[in-house]
Amino acid sequence: MREGSGALLEVKNLEAFYGRTKALHGVSFSMTAGGITTILGANGAGKTTTLRAISRMIRTAGSIVFDGQPLEPRATEDVVRLGIAHAPEGRGTFVHLTVEENLRLGAWGRRERGRLEEDFERVFGYFPALAARRRQHAGTLSGGEQQMLAVARALMLRPRLLLLDEPSLGLAPMVVREIFRILRTVNKDAGVTILLVEQNAALALDLADHVFLLETGRVVMEGPSEVLRKDDAIRRAYLGY
Amino acid sequence: MDIFIQQVVSGLATGGIYAALALALVMIYQATDVVNFAQGEMAMFATYICWTMLNAGVPYWGAFLATLAIAFVGGIVIERVVIRPVEHAPILSIVIVTLGLLVICNSLAGWIWTYVQKPFPTPFPSKPFKAGDVVLGAHDVGEIGITLLVLFCIYAFFRFTPLGLAMRAAAHNPVSSRLVGIRVGWMLALGWGLAAVFGAVAGMMVAPVLTLEPNLMGGVQIYAFAGATLGGFTSPGGAVLGGFIVGVVENLVGTYVSFIGTELKFTVALAMIIIVLLVKPTGIFGTTVVKRV
Repeated sequence: MREGSGALLEVKNLEAFYGRTKALHGVSFSMTAGGITTILGANGAGKTTTLRAISRMIRTAGSIVFDGQPLEPRATEDVVRLGIAHAPEGRGTFVHLTVEENLRLGAWGRRERGRLEEDFERVFGYFPALAARRRQHAGTLSGGEQQMLAVARALMLRPRLLLLDEPSLGLAPMVVREIFRILRTVNKDAGVTILLVEQNAALALDLADHVFLLETGRVVMEGPSEVLRKDDAIRRAYLGY
Repeated sequence: MDIFIQQVVSGLATGGIYAALALALVMIYQATDVVNFAQGEMAMFATYICWTMLNAGVPYWGAFLATLAIAFVGGIVIERVVIRPVEHAPILSIVIVTLGLLVICNSLAGWIWTYVQKPFPTPFPSKPFKAGDVVLGAHDVGEIGITLLVLFCIYAFFRFTPLGLAMRAAAHNPVSSRLVGIRVGWMLALGWGLAAVFGAVAGMMVAPVLTLEPNLMGGVQIYAFAGATLGGFTSPGGAVLGGFIVGVVENLVGTYVSFIGTELKFTVALAMIIIVLLVKPTGIFGTTVVKRV
C-alpha cells in the first residue's frame, strides 16, 4: 500500500471534453493498488472517455493523481512511462507489423529495455496462440487473437496499472472466458492493478472487486462487486434478470 | 547491344538518384500524408554546403559525411520549426508551406552562391570501366553502388533496430504508438532528417553530371515524383524500384526514339505519371489506403 490514502489512482471532479461537448461531468473515484476495478455503464456513459482522460488523450479538467503524481500536465507517452498500460477500444493493433514487433513496441515505454525474451516467454505462456503466430502480421490475426495481443502488448510494459477497454467486444464467449481467466492470473501473480471498462456486466462483476456505475458522465453508484451484484436496479438494467 | 547495356547502366545510375529522392518523398508522405515539394531544393542546398566545404579544402568523403550529418540535423530543424506549427492544419496548408520552403531554399541558394553554374567533383576515378566491349562510366557505377549502399543501410535500420520499428509504428498508427510511449512527434522529425539525408546523397551524386546551380534538383524532383507514383506512394520499396525504372526508361527512350532525344526526355516522366495515374493510381506496389473520416 502507498502512503497517505493508500490509493494508487485518485480521480477528482474529472471533466472531459470532445471539442466543446462535455463528456464527463465531475467524475470522482479512487483505486487501491492490487485490486481490479470495473466501470459499468451504457453506451455513451463515459467509460472509454474516463480511460482516455487518464491516458491524456483528450482535454480534461479536474485532477488525476497516480501514485502521488498528477497526470494532467503529462503527455500520453509520459503517462505510459509511469507504468500505466492502456489496451484501447478497438485493440489498437499495429496491423502492418508482426506479432513479435507489436510486443516489442509494448515494452518501448518502460525503463529497462533489456531482457525482452523473459517477457515474451511470460506473455506467450499466458497466450500460447500468439506464440504460434509470432512472426505473422498482426493484421492477419482473428479478433480474439488481436484482443489477446492487445493485452499481451500492454503487459510488455510490466505495468503497475492496466487500463482495459471492452476486452470482450465482438468475441466468442469461450475466448472471452479465456481472456478474463488470464486477467485474473495477471492480477494475482504479477500484482497488476486493473481498471476494466466493460459492457458485459456479468463478466465484469465476476472479475472485479470494486465497481463504479457511470451514467451520462457521472458516477451514480459504487461499491464492492458482491454488493452491487445484488442491487435490484443493477440486476435489472445490466444483468438482465 | 553494347550501347544498350551502357544506356541501361547509365539509366540505373540516374535512376538511383531518382530512387533516393523518391524514397525521401515517400517516407515523409507515409508518416504525414504530405508531399514535401521542397525535398529537391533541400537536397540542392545540402549539395552547396558540401561544395563550400570542398572549396575550403576538406577531403571529399569527409565533406560528404559532414554534409549528410548537416542535412540530417537540418531536416529535423525544418520539421520542428516550419512543419510542426502547421501539423494539424489541413493538408493543403502544409503543402503550401512546403512550396514556400522550396522557393526560400532556391532563392537563398541563389543569393549565397549566385546562379552561376559550378563544377562539382566526383569521388570516383575518371577512367571508365571496361567489361568486355561494354564501357561503363566510373561515376555511373560508383553512383549505383552508393545508392544501393544507402538503401541497404536504411532497410537494415527500419527492419532491425528498435528505433526503426518505432518510426514505422508511428507512421502507421500514431494513436497506438503514443499509447506504448513512442514520442510520435520526434519520430516524424527523425523521418524528415533521414529524408534530407537521402536527398543530400542524391544531390551530391547528380551534381557532377548536371553541374551545381540553384535549379539543380528541379528536374530530378519531377523524375522522383514519377518514380514514386510508378512504384506507389504507399510503398518505399516500390518507390525505389520506380525510381530506377524511370531512370532506365528515360535513358532508353532518349537514345532509341529519335524525335524525343534529350530535349523531350522530360516529357517522358510526365507521361509516365499521367499513364500510371490513369491505369493504376496506387502505383505498381501501392495499396489503397482507407481513411476513416
